[in-house]
Amino acid sequence: MSVLILADQTEGHFKKTALEALSYGAKLAEQLNTTAEALVLGTVNEDLASLGKYGVKKVHHAANEALNIVDAQVYTKVIAEAVNATGANVVVLSHNNTGRAIAARLSVRLKAALAPAAVSLPDTSDGFVVKKVVFSGKASANVSLNTDIKIISLNQNAFKIAAGEGTAEVVSLNISVEPGKIKVTATDKVTGEIPLTEATRVVSGGRGLKGPENWGILEDLAKALDAATACSRPVADSNWRPHHEHVGQTGIAIAPNLYVAVGISGAIQHLAGVNRSKVIVVINKDAEAPFFKAADYGVVGDIFEVLPKLTEEVKKLKGIV
Amino acid sequence: MKILVCISKTPDTTAKIAFKNGNTQFEENGVQWIINPYDEWYALIRAIELKEKDASTVLHLINVGGAESDPIIRKALALGGDEAIRVNTTNLSDSFYVASQIAEAAKSGAYDLIFTGKETIDYNGSSIGGMVAELLDLPYVSLATKFELNGTTATITREIEGGEEVNEVPLPVVVSCQKGVAEARIPNMRGIMSARTKPLKVVEPVAADTLTSIKSFELPPPKAGVKIISTDNMAELVRLLHEEAKVI
Ligand SMILES: Cc1cc2nc3c(=O)[nH]c(=O)nc-3n(C[C@H](O)[C@H](O)[C@H](O)COP(=O)(O)OP(=O)(O)OC[C@H]3O[C@@H](n4cnc5c(N)ncnc54)[C@H](O)[C@@H]3O)c2cc1C
Ligand SMILES: Nc1ncnc2c1ncn2[C@@H]1O[C@H](COP(=O)(O)O)[C@@H](O)[C@H]1O
Repeated sequence: MSVLILADQTEGHFKKTALEALSYGAKLAEQLNTTAEALVLGTVNEDLASLGKYGVKKVHHAANEALNIVDAQVYTKVIAEAVNATGANVVVLSHNNTGRAIAARLSVRLKAALAPAAVSLPDTSDGFVVKKVVFSGKASANVSLNTDIKIISLNQNAFKIAAGEGTAEVVSLNISVEPGKIKVTATDKVTGEIPLTEATRVVSGGRGLKGPENWGILEDLAKALDAATACSRPVADSNWRPHHEHVGQTGIAIAPNLYVAVGISGAIQHLAGVNRSKVIVVINKDAEAPFFKAADYGVVGDIFEVLPKLTEEVKKLKGIV
Repeated sequence: MKILVCISKTPDTTAKIAFKNGNTQFEENGVQWIINPYDEWYALIRAIELKEKDASTVLHLINVGGAESDPIIRKALALGGDEAIRVNTTNLSDSFYVASQIAEAAKSGAYDLIFTGKETIDYNGSSIGGMVAELLDLPYVSLATKFELNGTTATITREIEGGEEVNEVPLPVVVSCQKGVAEARIPNMRGIMSARTKPLKVVEPVAADTLTSIKSFELPPPKAGVKIISTDNMAELVRLLHEEAKVI
């Protein structure tokens, strides 16, 4: 018995999603009176023993270079072998772009029940019940996992990273890796910017900004807040902003601590992508805009007047001159 | 070339979300049903475009569901496609069970390409595509934003952490589709008329396990209500975000 956590890495480094999964897995192991162990695949440039500070006792490392390409088919075979080798009965991974593909395949391979887009620790008072997002964030479902081995893919930003003291024992895992059928011919990473799904703060613009030339004032605020930028669908559709910034029902779903909506009306399809944000600030000149109903703080006013003033005050707070 | 597109039925994006029977079932009363947007706008439309390029392509649609699915299946056929298969079951709450049905039908059809949507907008599992791929031992490219065919190889751009990646993969392959793969379109009159005569085959489900069950649903607690801050007091908004909400 143990909880095995996939600490996913990008180019040798652990991202926030991996640390969230580790913190969640460690807490879960505590709840189940068992140990948490991490699984690391591919080449890493970080000190693996230090993952112990997130609560894992052991780190299993399969350093095979073939694992630097994330092919869900290849990963699934390797993780399934690691589960068998370690005797794990719960597998935790992040419900990020690659994690969700692996989780689904692994569920079939291990014949293990899967809770995708999980948002809380399981309730083990009667079975093993995990809360997950349903209806695009408008509700949640309590899903009972009815098999011996269980898989949880944890939604991004749903669990707080908890770092303490401790070092983990690092053991290398010798697993033969068959090459996959997928060849990666190009990669294009958005550099410099904070990836939207990982951002703790997001400033988002809608049609109220009138045109792409006005995004400067929004970017100034985002910069002062150390926030990522997002937009509504018509903004992306009109090519005012890149498509990867489109949030909502048909774009991406995010759950930052702070979401600042600027000149966005708050249509139900937009809310579906952002309604799990912890705090929502709405800036809109129309006091009747539906977004105010979903907001924690609101400013009824003109973007072009309000935004520069807000940016100014944020800078003051942070001591930026 | 044989393509299978997986089509699911979901509540309209504006549907009121409510539950009944002690929060154990979705309240379907008054709900309009649509083809899951990712399945229609991206998976199905891209498949139709591939058929338009190569008329010898055979395009099948599959839905796992009861007779209530027939209207959305007909709508999908009106957009394009040669025939549809409906696996006749209302046991839809477990992804493994649903994926097993799709995999079974896919096996006998010997498809070169299997398309799904990125996720259903009601269950938000993002699971069925990966499960079908594993059941068939095929490669799986998830979250595709571009899809091109060159003979028996597919070139697919997919979303990864913090960016995109271009994959080359030999057929057969399972692909989950999202925004970028195609542009939405609406069915025309000719499509609607011809959809009526296209075959919709109803098959019975195969025996498969269910690994999960939904115990209950919950709606989020209502918001406390918005605090309105005057436009000439942005210092107060910043103070609230810092001291009260503690998010900056
Ligand atoms: C099936 C389906 C799926 C969809 N998916 C999505 C999705 O994923 N994401 C999404 O965003 N939308 C989606 N939509 C579209 C959605 O319904 C709305 O049309 C869209 O969100 C509106 O974008 P907006 O708020 O930027 O623009 P608008 O609705 O035009 O709102 C602009 C707002 O700006 C305010 N404003 C204007 N000028 C100023 C000013 N000077 N100062 C302050 N405020 C100002 C106005 O009062 C207004 O409230 C979808 C629609 C459908 C049918
Ligand atoms: N009942 C179903 N019948 C056919 N296809 C489905 C069904 N449920 C889901 N799918 C397909 O699988 C994709 C992912 O669904 P999900 O894993 O539920 O998020 C959907 O976008 C559909 O393409």
